[in-house]
Amino acid sequence: MSPFRVSTAVALAWSGAALSVAPVPANAAWGLNLPTPVSPIGREILELHNLIMLICLIIFIVVFGFMFYSIYAHRKSTGREAATFAHSTKAEVVWTVIPFIILIGMAIPSTATLINMEDTSKSDLTIKVTGYQWKWQYEYLDHDVSFYSSLATPREQIVGLQPKGEHYLLEVDNPLVIPTNRKIRLLVTANDVIHAWWVPKFGAKKDAIPGYINELWTKVETPGTYRGQCAELCGKDHGFMPIVVEAKSPEEFDAWLAGRKQGSSLEHAAATAAAKQWSESELMARGEEVYAHCAACHGVDGKGLPGAFPAIAGSAVATGPVEDHLTLVMDGKPGTAMQGFKGQLSDIEIAAVVTYQRNAFGNKAGDTVQPSQVQSLR
Amino acid sequence: MATADVAHHEEHHHHPSGVMRWITTTNHKDIGTLYLCFSLSMFLLGGLMALVIRAELFQPGLQVVDPHFFNQMTTMHALLMVFGAIMPGFVGFANWMLPMMIGAPDMALPRMNNWSFWILPFAFTMLLSSLFTAGGGPAAGWTLYAPLTIQGGMGVDMTIFAIHMMGISSILGAINIIVTIFNMRAPGMTLMKMPLFVWTWLITAFLLIAVMPVLAGAVTMLLTDRHFGTAFFDPAGGGDPVMFQHIFWFFGHPEVYIMILPAFGIISEIIPTFSRKPLFGYTAMVLATAAIAFLSFIVWAHHMFTVGMPLTGELFFMYSTMLIAVPTGVKVFNWVSTMWRGALTFETPMLFAVAVVFLFTIGGFSGLMLAITPADFQYHDTYFVVAHFHYVLFSGAAMAMMGGAYYWLPKWTGHMYDEKLGKIHFWLTTIFFNVTFFPQHFLGLAGMPRRIPDYALQFTEFNVISSIGAFGLGFAQLLFVYVIVKCVRGGSKATDTVWEAPRGLEWTVPSPAPYHTFETPPKIA
Repeated sequence: MSPFRVSTAVALAWSGAALSVAPVPANAAWGLNLPTPVSPIGREILELHNLIMLICLIIFIVVFGFMFYSIYAHRKSTGREAATFAHSTKAEVVWTVIPFIILIGMAIPSTATLINMEDTSKSDLTIKVTGYQWKWQYEYLDHDVSFYSSLATPREQIVGLQPKGEHYLLEVDNPLVIPTNRKIRLLVTANDVIHAWWVPKFGAKKDAIPGYINELWTKVETPGTYRGQCAELCGKDHGFMPIVVEAKSPEEFDAWLAGRKQGSSLEHAAATAAAKQWSESELMARGEEVYAHCAACHGVDGKGLPGAFPAIAGSAVATGPVEDHLTLVMDGKPGTAMQGFKGQLSDIEIAAVVTYQRNAFGNKAGDTVQPSQVQSLR
Repeated sequence: MATADVAHHEEHHHHPSGVMRWITTTNHKDIGTLYLCFSLSMFLLGGLMALVIRAELFQPGLQVVDPHFFNQMTTMHALLMVFGAIMPGFVGFANWMLPMMIGAPDMALPRMNNWSFWILPFAFTMLLSSLFTAGGGPAAGWTLYAPLTIQGGMGVDMTIFAIHMMGISSILGAINIIVTIFNMRAPGMTLMKMPLFVWTWLITAFLLIAVMPVLAGAVTMLLTDRHFGTAFFDPAGGGDPVMFQHIFWFFGHPEVYIMILPAFGIISEIIPTFSRKPLFGYTAMVLATAAIAFLSFIVWAHHMFTVGMPLTGELFFMYSTMLIAVPTGVKVFNWVSTMWRGALTFETPMLFAVAVVFLFTIGGFSGLMLAITPADFQYHDTYFVVAHFHYVLFSGAAMAMMGGAYYWLPKWTGHMYDEKLGKIHFWLTTIFFNVTFFPQHFLGLAGMPRRIPDYALQFTEFNVISSIGAFGLGFAQLLFVYVIVKCVRGGSKATDTVWEAPRGLEWTVPSPAPYHTFETPPKIA
């Protein structure tokens, strides 16, 4: 593909069209065009976008040049008589054929880019991405590393009790980490409803659909932190499941991966150590932390949202037999937003959060759940 | 003799008065008025919901509504505007104008006409009351994508039944229009002599009959998935969530043209009148309309390039979508050529018509950009798309209807509307429309997804501008209502032709148009 250097012209045109915006640093608040890409595909898309927009602008100016000239020169108030012509086969043929040829000119580079985008072969690293309501899971398929990634912006910032941070709504607890200059293949799917994984600077977006595994690839050239968001309406907290990707040099990435593997075995050790008997206060304290997973739907106060998300306070489940409660939390409820947490939470976390739900918000089941009980249900 | 006939005739009409007149009416003009009033009220209500959305988006953070209610507002705003404002609005124009334009005394099936209107208030009462049920109204977007729609409460079921009713209403209306055009034309009114508004509606009516049952099928499958154990869209039961999107957009894309072709028709009536020249390229306009309608059936998957289609599928839908630019371009070129070397004046209808051509073309170009599949991966589900479809639906469909209303109001009421206020309404609408929606192009390109109640700080500035524009745009429409009411109540007497030598049979009857017109077919030269 020939490198079209039209970005400057297009940026100028956009600025002209906008309300005389002051100097525009790339990707700042007044950004007018696609953000500066950091992947080959992102760059191809940007060039294509600039080219198509430039062609559209030229046609637009020509066509409406005629119209505005007519509005100026052919007014009745100038005392003129209207002409009477009403058709011209020649003109109709000309303005059918010329746009058709222009379209072919647009289709050729578009096709080339598209073929390139869809070629996920010969990748260096494969990561499975799973969308959940409302978080992402990343699994490094050949390396036995897997973790969840959810919004890290505190609730207080969202409701205005604290000033908003620099990366408000675009920050997560565990970012996806990838090596630079490697072809990364992402396998994208979802667990509940449709989500879409999107990082604008990569030019990479794909729907995450339950029952489907979609593929996309990217190759990031510049180390750095890149941010995106879920791009398919997925329910209440669709606006609150960002994507953060850290691109590290291959050496740093390998070191990170090794550390991460150790980390997951540490977690494993923690889980086995959980064979000890936990006291109610220990469980309640831990459960309150883990409850953040539940609060998105069931509310911080456990009252839910009547009709959409059931309350935990006073619910039959949280006050009934403990086995039913555990099964619901671990396996979820098909056809609803209630997902199964046994893959996401450890035995102690499930034990703690169920204990918390049964003894908070005015619930007084009075019983505690031990990690061993959870393990026996796995 | 003729006078005696008329007197005799009218004695036998026992028109009920008051409310019963409107409930029992089979008169195309009355039913047209009902449709137009209904459309205007849904337009205002849907606009109010848009203002809730824009109020929440005025600043980052959650201030006005919670995210679940925000999703209900985006969903309900779209359903009201698409099914409540635009579609019934155009049916209102069709009812009023088609019989007068083809020299027919009324619509072919007057009782069905009454029924097709009166389904609507019940459908929308059900749809709107879903907001008050436990769990609220539909919150999965107007596209109702499965599996998200499966999660909703009883409000979703009410929405499904409401859509069934709206679909029945549309199909009945479409049948009536087709039968009227094919059977009720005055002698000599051959198909290729029909005004372009009649042609665009004829083609639109076929689109409606073709795709409304498809939508009904899609929402029925949702209903059975929700309640009767089927798994059409549930992968756990062997179903396919993407199939919903294919079915929905097989309806949805022709639906886009259902909402714009009659607007093209209205524009094609207004521009020649105020250019004092016949429409340029009439035959080409008819053919372009038919070509757009045909293409609308083979482009649907461009709404879903990101679902992971095979490369060949993506290429097919990219090429077919790009083709639509050709007949659409033909239309724009013909409108400009109609104006070329005319004797132009700019009364309110003409202002709206020129603005529609200009602004709709912006939406057309962003549509062409969206058709370019690789670039669409960046635009998809961002505010760029929101900007695009408001440029075609607001400054295309809705503003064409406003222009049409000003154009024919004198014929309907017998009074001239207030030209000065009309022009003020035009400028307020056009300016605030652009203030609202032009910055949304930038927001989308910068990476702001659509349908989010809160956003990152880098999107703040353009959202502030957009929200300010939205409130201006909303309040400007109250002026529109005032101008209409003022015109209905009085004003300077309109002549029969209203404008300087307009073309079309509707200008040969008195203003206001009598309750019954063309009981004897007119002679067509």
